Amino acid sequence: MLKFIKHHMTTIDGIELFPLISFLIFFIFFLGLFVHVFKMKKAHVEDMSNMPLSEEPVQPRQNQ
Amino acid sequence: MKLEKFSYDNQIVKMFLFATILWGVVGMLVGVIAALQIFIPEMNFGTSWLTFGRIRPLHTNAVIFAFVGNGIFAGVYYSLQRLLKTRMWSDKLSRINFWGWQLIIVSAALTLPLGITSGKEYAELEWPIDIAIAGIWVVFGWNMFATILKRRERHLYVAIWFYIATFVTVAVLHIFNSFEMPVNFLKSYSAYAGVQDALVQWWYGHNAVAFFLTTPYLGLMYYFIPKASGRPVYSYRLSIIHFWALIFIYIWAGPHHLLYTALPDWAQSLGTVFSLMLIAPSWGGMLNGLLTLRGAWDKVRDEPILKFFVVAVTCYGMSTLEGPLLSLKNVNAISHYTDWTIAHVHIGGLGWNGFLTFGMVYFLIPKLFNTKLHSKRLANVHFWIGTLGILFYALPMYWAGFTQALMWKQFRPEGMLLYPNFLETVIQLKPMYAMRAFGGTLFLIGALLMVYNVVKTVKVGSFVANEDAEAPALEGKYKSHAGENWHRWIERRPVQMLVGSLVVILIGGIVEIIPTMLISENVPTINAVQPYTPLELEGRDIYIREGCNNCHSQMIRPFRDEVARYGEYSKAGEFVYDHPFLWGSKRTGPDLHRVGNKYPDSWHFHHMLDPRTMSPGSLMPPYPWLFENELSMDDTEKKISVMRTLGVPYEEGYETQAVADLQAQARGIQASLAEDDLEISENMEIIALIAYLQRLGTDISNPEFTESNQGSESAAN
Repeated sequence: MLKFIKHHMTTIDGIELFPLISFLIFFIFFLGLFVHVFKMKKAHVEDMSNMPLSEEPVQPRQNQ
Repeated sequence: MKLEKFSYDNQIVKMFLFATILWGVVGMLVGVIAALQIFIPEMNFGTSWLTFGRIRPLHTNAVIFAFVGNGIFAGVYYSLQRLLKTRMWSDKLSRINFWGWQLIIVSAALTLPLGITSGKEYAELEWPIDIAIAGIWVVFGWNMFATILKRRERHLYVAIWFYIATFVTVAVLHIFNSFEMPVNFLKSYSAYAGVQDALVQWWYGHNAVAFFLTTPYLGLMYYFIPKASGRPVYSYRLSIIHFWALIFIYIWAGPHHLLYTALPDWAQSLGTVFSLMLIAPSWGGMLNGLLTLRGAWDKVRDEPILKFFVVAVTCYGMSTLEGPLLSLKNVNAISHYTDWTIAHVHIGGLGWNGFLTFGMVYFLIPKLFNTKLHSKRLANVHFWIGTLGILFYALPMYWAGFTQALMWKQFRPEGMLLYPNFLETVIQLKPMYAMRAFGGTLFLIGALLMVYNVVKTVKVGSFVANEDAEAPALEGKYKSHAGENWHRWIERRPVQMLVGSLVVILIGGIVEIIPTMLISENVPTINAVQPYTPLELEGRDIYIREGCNNCHSQMIRPFRDEVARYGEYSKAGEFVYDHPFLWGSKRTGPDLHRVGNKYPDSWHFHHMLDPRTMSPGSLMPPYPWLFENELSMDDTEKKISVMRTLGVPYEEGYETQAVADLQAQARGIQASLAEDDLEISENMEIIALIAYLQRLGTDISNPEFTESNQGSESAAN
């Protein structure tokens, strides 16, 4: 009876690569995201977080 | 620096806000009626239009699409203009968005009680309305994008990314889940069948929660909490991680609604893993919202708006911890089909969406009408009544869920079920159901206090339809500087942001759905499984019309207690001709997948006429109209040919014989009822329904039951 719920997709060639590829996509994506976030300039972060509060548009700063 | 003068469109915000309040009250009222019906079946007042099976989708659709939907538009139209320092691109499109959406809501409110439904949870609306939804949604997105393109603010604040992702994803979900083939103007069949339909439906259903009830409201959270507390968001860096992680991961989690069902094992595991990962971004978002208030907690003490926001975000955190826990297979084995799920969604619905909306209303109404809120005290009372309402709703439901699951699974030492009668486990819950209805009523009373407060505020205020503002124009060219990274680049480019979000959500969708679509081995064929006869097909449509699947599942999980209670567990191959699938997600009544041939026809006859004659104390409403309405055979031929187009193997030209076959089978049932002294014309709807119920789950007990899947018995162990 178990054959009705097991062995799905076992007939696909190279199926064992799928989880590996998924893992790599995620790992690399999030690694890149974290690197980017930590490299952000403090001044820019502050500008962005104050956006809802300021009635003025954010002025592009020099020497960011 | 030359300042340009322009004005914000407050008129559209006001319209959406009033619609939010109106539909909120309507949706909650329908919810209270449904809550009462669950333990007092007479609360349908004897009409078919108000039976629970039809009222429940009305409640869910009203709350999700009418209350929260209008709330999204109100909040987006207010914050988008201010964050971009520009008026909406087109007042006309804003108005089309508004009136179109209200028309859709009204058509939903008319069709659902009439039993016009596609039978798919949260996607019940029939195909013409589906097309209208897609159209209005595109109008909204178009207006939003054109506004973004003519902005006076270079960078897009995080709230706007959430709005963009919401627009893109809801469009994709809605379109893919609404593939259906019309039979007539108000009836269609899902293009997918069985397991595939279930997978697509819950990929949609779960992500409706994610991208309609969560992402837009997170955008509103990132705008309104800083606004209301006068403090910038706790961590902008965290909000970036929150955004990308959330939209990347959420889309994969749908299969957690189908654990232990006939869905392939790999897909179930996928759903579980991703659901667990979701804790991280969700809690990141919750902490980001709550920590925004650090150093401002004294304000929370006397500002009802902030109180609402704090409880809303806390409920968001609770829901998003609970969701992943419910996705663990061992927890889901207990929770699934019980009221635990109902408790879970209401922590989200009442707490997160409801309270965030209330906070937004109290914040916006005085702003729009240029005055102070009529009564802060009343708003505080609303807050406390609402909070009590949430507790009185959720706690009894948790209790009910646990109680019922444990009773279902209880065996006697001799090895029989301790509670073989399903009804015993339902009767047990009546006090909890009564308490839940009380909690819902409290929540509704709170909302009515808000209505009063808003009316009084509006009366003294003076509305400014066009609020003047000024800002410098955006310089045409932006000099990017050395060392700028890709994210700064994307923050300035809404179109790329849209494409980026689309790619991210499609990855999850594709990996989940394509394999199941393409590979026939995923659904082992069972030779004995045959298409429904015309009469059974008509009966199945009555089952869908009456919304039976709102209380009865058709999916027996492979557990000892379920097999003992209902019979052989359900196999994927048994559902290949089910357009749409009817697995259900809640068991207020027992599972029906193996109900076929369990009782005589006369039992079903009595039971549908008055459930309590067969099951004393039953909470099911009677269905007398099935005994008064003649079965319409106008579309029988069309239904057969539509089903054939969708891949159900009716022979070419069978439709010409369908009606004759239908009548012959109906006469057979009429005769079997007559043996038990029950006289009824063979043309009544009840006959078709009995035919369908008697067919359910019987195919595999057919003596020629073999399967043509490659794989030997030994490999299956």
